[in-house]
Amino acid sequence: MTLRRGESVLLTLGIPVMLLVFFSLVDVLPTGRKHPVDFLAPGVLALAVMSTAMVGLGIATGFERQYGVLKRLGTTPLGRPTLLAAKTTAILAVELVQVAVLVPIALALGWHAGGNAALALVAVLLATAGFAGLGLTMAGTLRAETVLAAANGLYLLLLLLGGMVVPLSKLPSGLRAVARALPAAALSDALHGALAAGHHVPGRAWLVLLAWAVAAPLVAAVTFRWE
Amino acid sequence: MPAVEVTDLVVRYDTVTAVDGVSFTVDAGELVALLGPNGAGKTSTVETLEGYRVASGGRARVLGLDPRRDHAEVARRIGVMLQRGGVYPVMRPLEALRLFAAYYDEPADPDQLLDRVGLRGVAGTPYRRLSGGEQQRLSLALALVGRPEVAFLDEPTAGMDPAARRTLWDVVRELRAGGVCVLLTTHYLEEAERLADRVVIVDHGRIVAEGTPAELMAGGGDEVRFAAPPHVDMAALAERVGGAVEEVAPGEYRAGVAPTPANVAAITAWLAERDLPLADLRAGRQTLEDVFLRLTRDEA
Repeated sequence: MTLRRGESVLLTLGIPVMLLVFFSLVDVLPTGRKHPVDFLAPGVLALAVMSTAMVGLGIATGFERQYGVLKRLGTTPLGRPTLLAAKTTAILAVELVQVAVLVPIALALGWHAGGNAALALVAVLLATAGFAGLGLTMAGTLRAETVLAAANGLYLLLLLLGGMVVPLSKLPSGLRAVARALPAAALSDALHGALAAGHHVPGRAWLVLLAWAVAAPLVAAVTFRWE
Repeated sequence: MPAVEVTDLVVRYDTVTAVDGVSFTVDAGELVALLGPNGAGKTSTVETLEGYRVASGGRARVLGLDPRRDHAEVARRIGVMLQRGGVYPVMRPLEALRLFAAYYDEPADPDQLLDRVGLRGVAGTPYRRLSGGEQQRLSLALALVGRPEVAFLDEPTAGMDPAARRTLWDVVRELRAGGVCVLLTTHYLEEAERLADRVVIVDHGRIVAEGTPAELMAGGGDEVRFAAPPHVDMAALAERVGGAVEEVAPGEYRAGVAPTPANVAAITAWLAERDLPLADLRAGRQTLEDVFLRLTRDEA
């Protein structure tokens, strides 16, 4: 279903690929690195995770609720745990495709990948839970059109405040403190740390990721209305 | 054990009481129509049986099970046709049927089902481009794909053209013949009259009448019904025909007298003297619509 919606392919693959390629070749961002791609590759991977787990999931679920699909499913033997498992599998599958597309492109652009892929994987899983919680909180409480607007707005905000294409160090200090408490910056910090040789993941990033991974799905579960 | 059993059911939303002490049963192989105006509590009753709503009071049982506590078991054995929606706009009928079939252990064959509801020609058309009637027929097919023992059909023919409606009636009759318990809600009287073994008329959350269509219609046999301009002088007419006359709806009258030629002649003569047109005339048997309107007419 995801690949049949053109707009979600644009969101989950098109935009990350474009950002990665454009800013790697056109060195206008203050990345502070000799090769912008070394900063951008982990950042864009973080963006890709956010687009799938929060925006893609949120909007799709919001419309499923509006179309009555969720209500319809409610009287079939497909239980809620199975539905949730299916959605989780779908997200992880899309993320796998994103990694499979973005990593070779980044490497072709000269990315010096290093560090610890297992740490990166843990960070991605935690962030996915947090973003999915945010997406489902919106989907379960707002009208589908509002979810569409809110999710895209949040996406843009977190893209700018997430240290994904603009380094956090370039933000004013007050804003930077706020940004660091958000899951987007925590994920990109974690990926920047995990995927570069000689760097490490700041403990604060783990803490923030963990907090969102627990809190956001809980809020979603409590507030979700099925119709 | 009845397939569906509702006992003193009460459903409240905040301050509104949608269902206020409703009791009825439906057996296997029986088709019962819940009939009532919009807001009478039909959908609330059905949705409680389907497990969507919690009863504020009383009991709802499906196949002897609690629709909420035993939801997993109930979901396997019932089929639900919603009033609208419930399908992804880009999904095609055959695809939707195959997907839903996969949720059940022993589903019906999606291809056969598609033929049965007459959607073969649009098997590959996205849901959003189907006509309203086609969407309804797909919704019915989705309700039947799990080979349910109990089928809940909420306003199944709303918005259907007459041909599609007849197709749906045929499918519903086959269901009942196959031993399925069918509970349908409708506000089409013709539908209830033709399909239902029993009709339960609800209004303001309460049952106002219950019985076979024949029993309900036999209730007030001694009457003559006619249509004329609104607000005729009913007292004068009543004196002439020797029985009570009431205006059941603007311009529609019921005279409580035996349906004899003499009484009919008295009414038409009275109208003729006043030069009033006669639009309709029926002596004797009432239709379900007459019963329905009489029972659900607002006090206002």
